[in-house]
Amino acid sequence: MQPRVLKLDEYWVEREPYYQPTGDEIEIFQAGYRNHLPLLLKGPTGCGKTRFMEYMAWRLKRPLITVSCHDDLTASDLVGRYLVKGGETTWVDGPLTQAVRAGGICYLDEIVEARKDTMVVIHPLADDRRVLPIEKLGALIEAPSEFCLSISYNPGYQSVLKDLKQSTRQRFVALEFDYPDSELEKSIVSRESGVDAETAGLLVKFAVMTRNLKGSGLEEGASTRLLVHAGKLIASGVNPVSACRGAVAQALTDDPEMLAAVNELSSSLF
Amino acid sequence: MLSASSLEIRLDEILEVEFSFRNTAIPATSIAGLQPADQVYVVNWVQRVASTNIELGYQYACHAVEALAIMDRDMVESWALYAMDTYDREGLRPALEVMRRLDSFADTCRERRVGSVLEEQQGILLGFLHGLSGRRLKLAEAAQSYTDTETLFLPPVMALLGNPDDNFLLYKVTIAALWAQTRYGTFRAPLAAELEQQCEPDRFLGLFHAFESIRLEACIGRELPGLIRQIKRLKRELGESELPQVWVQHQEFLQRPDIRSEDALALARDWTGKLAPYPPFPYQGILRLDAVEACVAERLAREKAKFRVTLRLLEEELLEGQRPEDENGTKKQFSKREIPAPDLPEGMRTEILLDGKPMPLPVEVENLISSIIVDLGNIPDDYLEPAGPGEYDPALFQEQQEDPDDVWSGVYHEQGAHLYREWDFQRQHYRKNWCAVREKTVVPVYDNFVEQTLDRYSGLVKHLRKIFEAMRDEERRLKRQSDGDDVDIDALVEALADTRDGREMSDRLFTRMHRTERNIAVIFMVDMSGSTKGWINQAERESLVLLCESLETIGDRYAIYGFSSITRKRCELYHIKHFDEPYDVEVKGRISGIQPQDYTRMGFAIRHLSRVLNEIDARTRILITLSDGKPDDYDNYRGQYGIEDTRRALIEARRDGIHPYCITIDDQARDYLPHLYGPAAFTLVDDVKMLPLKVSDIYRRLTA
Repeated sequence: MQPRVLKLDEYWVEREPYYQPTGDEIEIFQAGYRNHLPLLLKGPTGCGKTRFMEYMAWRLKRPLITVSCHDDLTASDLVGRYLVKGGETTWVDGPLTQAVRAGGICYLDEIVEARKDTMVVIHPLADDRRVLPIEKLGALIEAPSEFCLSISYNPGYQSVLKDLKQSTRQRFVALEFDYPDSELEKSIVSRESGVDAETAGLLVKFAVMTRNLKGSGLEEGASTRLLVHAGKLIASGVNPVSACRGAVAQALTDDPEMLAAVNELSSSLF
Repeated sequence: MLSASSLEIRLDEILEVEFSFRNTAIPATSIAGLQPADQVYVVNWVQRVASTNIELGYQYACHAVEALAIMDRDMVESWALYAMDTYDREGLRPALEVMRRLDSFADTCRERRVGSVLEEQQGILLGFLHGLSGRRLKLAEAAQSYTDTETLFLPPVMALLGNPDDNFLLYKVTIAALWAQTRYGTFRAPLAAELEQQCEPDRFLGLFHAFESIRLEACIGRELPGLIRQIKRLKRELGESELPQVWVQHQEFLQRPDIRSEDALALARDWTGKLAPYPPFPYQGILRLDAVEACVAERLAREKAKFRVTLRLLEEELLEGQRPEDENGTKKQFSKREIPAPDLPEGMRTEILLDGKPMPLPVEVENLISSIIVDLGNIPDDYLEPAGPGEYDPALFQEQQEDPDDVWSGVYHEQGAHLYREWDFQRQHYRKNWCAVREKTVVPVYDNFVEQTLDRYSGLVKHLRKIFEAMRDEERRLKRQSDGDDVDIDALVEALADTRDGREMSDRLFTRMHRTERNIAVIFMVDMSGSTKGWINQAERESLVLLCESLETIGDRYAIYGFSSITRKRCELYHIKHFDEPYDVEVKGRISGIQPQDYTRMGFAIRHLSRVLNEIDARTRILITLSDGKPDDYDNYRGQYGIEDTRRALIEARRDGIHPYCITIDDQARDYLPHLYGPAAFTLVDDVKMLPLKVSDIYRRLTA
């Protein structure tokens, strides 16, 4: 079959993504969007930040441009650069520029991973100026009112060197995400993976156990996403203990002792 | 093949018979009967054991043949090592006892083979335990399984069942059973008061334990359904007999979710004298009320104080800059809200509110709250009153840290010290827990030593700053890259010219910014032995001042420790600067305050600082020693012994990915340093006065 190929600024979320609000994050996001305020999503990995962005893109009916930041991501990776084509140089927009031009939602995932110079580029977009300066073109692009900038940030595990600077964080409206409470998490796991309520309950219990281990052997407990993975394996007939081992324990750690401990926990539940 | 007589001569030599009149004829005859390879093996080990103690070596020679007959070589080896460890720890008599009681050692070994050993499984079991909810419990060894509500005590070896897996499971189930005692409130029932009124307290306690075990197993079944299946299997393996009819009826009652330990107590009261206690399974442990009472009483007081002080700190933090009273002059009030949570044994979660608004709590506080709730079932109202100014004494709730100097004022003991092993080259093995290491802090001297040094070397300081600044992380523009941020115009012009000529066009047409990150962590380990007195000490301190200036410029993470010792019982590391400490007045004062102390034992310092370095996340880790001579200490840490231990410690450090380097002023150093650090990892500075000039330069070359 032929996979669908889309341009970045043509990615519209067409079907409503499944999202369970845990508080008033939807209202805050909408209010922020209407008032042209940039948004900062805080929270541990796999607790639904990206899913929330997809949901909001669907709700606000704007294209969603997601950039996963890594430690080699530079400002020109975001803004754009000249490329050489047939002896001539041509300008190619980066994802951020495309989002500004299309009036979409630009979501910079794990922003602190990127190089420091990228912050400087987003600063003018993140205050009341709402412009994107493109030095190499000698141009300023004014963001249309539909444009929205949002970034995510996991305060838990990044090293102190990669902390978000005050000058950056004080431009954003912050939304805090955490793992949903156990009842809600149960219904999410059961709905997303197709396991029955009892199994979902045990999976959530298992996750809580691994979250108890945070700081004493594990860097991070099991996220809702991992539970959904394990749930999917269980729903397609895999033995629950094996599913937890493959989808959760191995994903959490490589340390053999910790792995054995986590496996002992799952075998105590199922 | 050696004859009995030549063996006797060899043994006489090793065991110094000339002075001791030991009869070596008997062991020599028995060893002569062995295969040649075994003969060499035994004689070699006699020598190794005799290096620790001659009599021990003699006993080894007498028992080795017997040992080889009943055990394989690995076991014989661990028997000899165990005897030597016992000698190190407890002296000659217990060590000889180990040699003589060969049979019991062999039995224990076999037991360990089918059994599960706590020491080996501790990591996994502790992880399992911490995953369960409730208080953070600890694990420790004891003859019987029980808990004092803070620590779970388990036997060192579990060998009741036929194979290691089942025995491991037995550990796990024991942990779950003891955890359940703390988690589901076994000790919340007023047991002590009840026992005082009973005429047969032991029998009563046995009955209560039996009832309680049934109740707890039902609790475990609800919380950990997988584990209960494993428990059922274990029970069959352990020879479970069918429950008598009268117990079945109690079982139905005790398994109800609403039953508490108080109900089990009431039941025990009703049935005492009428019903014999049902013998507990080994994994259910015993109830040690004395241990529990002492522990709970101490903890209740500590946690109450800690909780109230925490509230006060939180209040201060939240209200910083605000007045604690609002407009009406009423003080802010803490309160609690209980939210139903059917998953938890208490059936609710507790939130702490300040003036009716929920407060975000740090993890330690959450843990504290859950520990209090495990004890009391809820947070009592008098806990919610923040501590007043007079109740601020941290000694109330903090665990007391031993003062390293205080430890030495009374009788010697190893309390509060880090214990490190040491390599004995004659034994070809480590001496376990041999060095008692303590971290002390150099008493700062606030004079103008640092300023004077900077003045004296002002030219050099400027020069160093310039050089080190040039080494700082910098973004460099890499040209002719196949991918990058910008077009490399020079490359493009060339490429276009090439295409005109009909040659192939290069694809390396871009420039890219590249950052070379230094990411270095370095520890300076400074010799503070008595021999550094005078010039050397002065030079060391000056070197440190210049070094700190340079390192502050370049931004590498660094720590400074001094080391000194007097025998293995008193190994001291003097903290001058930790990694996370800024280079401030305090640190400057400490550098100025470095004083010569005692001797130069090096192994412990390298081992301890390697551990410190390993906890730091850095790409390159360096351990630089500033020394003035070879390793040396008052006990037998002289000559080859000291050198071999130091060499072993350095090998261990290298294996952990640390780069050791040595800067010395000892002109004899060429004789031994290559053996310790390798041919390229040291520098010999001939003139003490040159040390300050050289050290920064050496560091620059080392890390460039």
